[in-house]
Amino acid sequence: MTGNLRLPVADTGENAPTARLEAATTGGDCVVKVGGDWRLNRMVPSWEKLLAKHSPARVSVVPEELGKWDTSLLLFLVHGRAWCAQANRAFVIAALPENLQTLLSQVPVVGSSGTKTGTSPKSVRQLAETWGTDVGKRVGENISFIGECTMGFAGVLRNPRRFRWMDCLVEMQHCWSSSLPIVSLVSFLVGVILAFQAAIQLEQYGAAVFVADLVGLSVVREMGPMMAAVIMAGGIGAAFAAQLGNMKVDEEIDALETLGISTVVFLAVPRLLALTVMMPILALYANVLGILGGMFVSATMLSIPASAYWVETQNRVGPWDVGSGVIKSVFFGLVIGLSGCLRGMKCERSAAGVGKATTSAVVTGILWIVIADAVFALVFNVLGI
Amino acid sequence: MNPNPPAPVIEVKGLTCGYGRAVILQDVSFVVHPGEVLFVIGGSGCGKSTLLRCLIGLLKPLQGDIAYFGKSFTAADATQRREILKTFGVIYQSNALWSSMTLAENVSLPLEEHTSLSRPDREEIVTLKLAQVGLSGSEELYPAELSGGMKKRAALARALALDPAIVFFDEPSEGLDPITSREMDRLIRQVRDVLGTTMIIVSHQLSSIFRLADRVLVLERAAKGIIAEGKPADLAAHSPDPRVRDFLIQDLSLAKTSGQPFAA
Repeated sequence: MTGNLRLPVADTGENAPTARLEAATTGGDCVVKVGGDWRLNRMVPSWEKLLAKHSPARVSVVPEELGKWDTSLLLFLVHGRAWCAQANRAFVIAALPENLQTLLSQVPVVGSSGTKTGTSPKSVRQLAETWGTDVGKRVGENISFIGECTMGFAGVLRNPRRFRWMDCLVEMQHCWSSSLPIVSLVSFLVGVILAFQAAIQLEQYGAAVFVADLVGLSVVREMGPMMAAVIMAGGIGAAFAAQLGNMKVDEEIDALETLGISTVVFLAVPRLLALTVMMPILALYANVLGILGGMFVSATMLSIPASAYWVETQNRVGPWDVGSGVIKSVFFGLVIGLSGCLRGMKCERSAAGVGKATTSAVVTGILWIVIADAVFALVFNVLGI
Repeated sequence: MNPNPPAPVIEVKGLTCGYGRAVILQDVSFVVHPGEVLFVIGGSGCGKSTLLRCLIGLLKPLQGDIAYFGKSFTAADATQRREILKTFGVIYQSNALWSSMTLAENVSLPLEEHTSLSRPDREEIVTLKLAQVGLSGSEELYPAELSGGMKKRAALARALALDPAIVFFDEPSEGLDPITSREMDRLIRQVRDVLGTTMIIVSHQLSSIFRLADRVLVLERAAKGIIAEGKPADLAAHSPDPRVRDFLIQDLSLAKTSGQPFAA
């Protein structure tokens, strides 16, 4: 019995190589002749199709005018060997070129579908265990990092001369200079938006001058610190994570650790301190710009003089209103710094890891800002501030 | 002597390359024969990596021509260039494995880009390639989870994915211990012997040079080009140029620089 199989041609160019296959069975022996040029850019022929009408006890593969060949022929032979192993048939390749035999011997025999060893899907319980372990590990990391930072700050208080003040100043300068334009624009526009929204309602009652009260209180108690914090989380928190993540990938953090230097004190504490100091300053700056935004709308749209607006703001906004915003912004700064530094220092050692750490720093930062703001709102309400 | 030597796989004619106005290599010419293991050696800053970058198309030559299998690489249009690029694989000093991909994905990417093979076929080829370099079962690992030697082998598997006729290596033994380095050399030799692949290797590793090289090209910074070429043992013993002999000397007591302090 003789069977011919012409390979499906994927290449359509005029120089497309032609591989040939021919199977002939005599008694229990099947001889598979391989010839022509074998190139990767085509489908690998199927043994099931080739030997569909054959049931040999032994399969011998022999070359016949075999030209150039590559992994496609090797793959064909691997499939053949697996097919014969599954069907309990002898597979003979002694007549093939020696280097092809060597290559085939390097590939381990596993099953009929090639050599790939699959991994069994995880059960729900295993997934839950993995998730639980992962969450537990993360919580542990966070607590440990906060503890290390606290110890680092305590160390700075005990021995301020050893602290890297210059690094801290550079970070403060970076926080200020990189955030100022965007904080200015956003805060001013927030003031404008609040003033417009308030004006629509208050004008109906002839109480347009109270726009100053609403804008002033909203900005200094909530929107100023909050908007500045969100901008800092997106800019500075992400920058911290990216910087430290890259340092981790380039083994710079390992180098510090092997020198016996506390990476938290060396890298995280100066950044945390810089952000904790700069955040209230930026929040105050955002407050001023927000009030100016409201004043601009009142003066131009509501015909309220700037002086009247300012007097109304002064009457309504007290020191505790400003103080509560400043207290919150200190915590916002800490939260953003902790998220950025923690994600950067725990970053995976790859380019993708740095990307993930950066995104995670921003998301975590904003999430904790909102949570902290809610907690502060509750506490201030209870205290009657 | 063979009256009809095989046509060279690489032919470099009058190559001048550098960065901006700084010429690093000037008027360099050489050929590489099929199945040859050619080492490019020389002191730091002599232009080894620059030559490699020119050969693999990452740096445009200032002058001269590089031809693969008789076809100019320098003057090739985008389609021809893509065809030529398919004929060689490169192993970078840093391995340049894509860190966000598993080993299987790293090896599979050239197959996805340059062939129309089905996904199961690609997966099987990846398994074969990883088995060839001794990394069976590591398909799902990420580069960050591998040792230095494993990364080199993974980079070799990726370079061999398309069965290239030529493989370029930039410092293949860099950062490897002697045993792993020897293992890497064995792998390179095995690939050459079994597949007949031509190898161009930039390296400083004397042990690898003497173990593997059919021929070496010695580059020199001041000469801005090749100052010697030949078999490493011949050059070490008989080169008329003392710089070449000194570079290839393995016995520390014979080296010209021996006995001198590290820092003046």
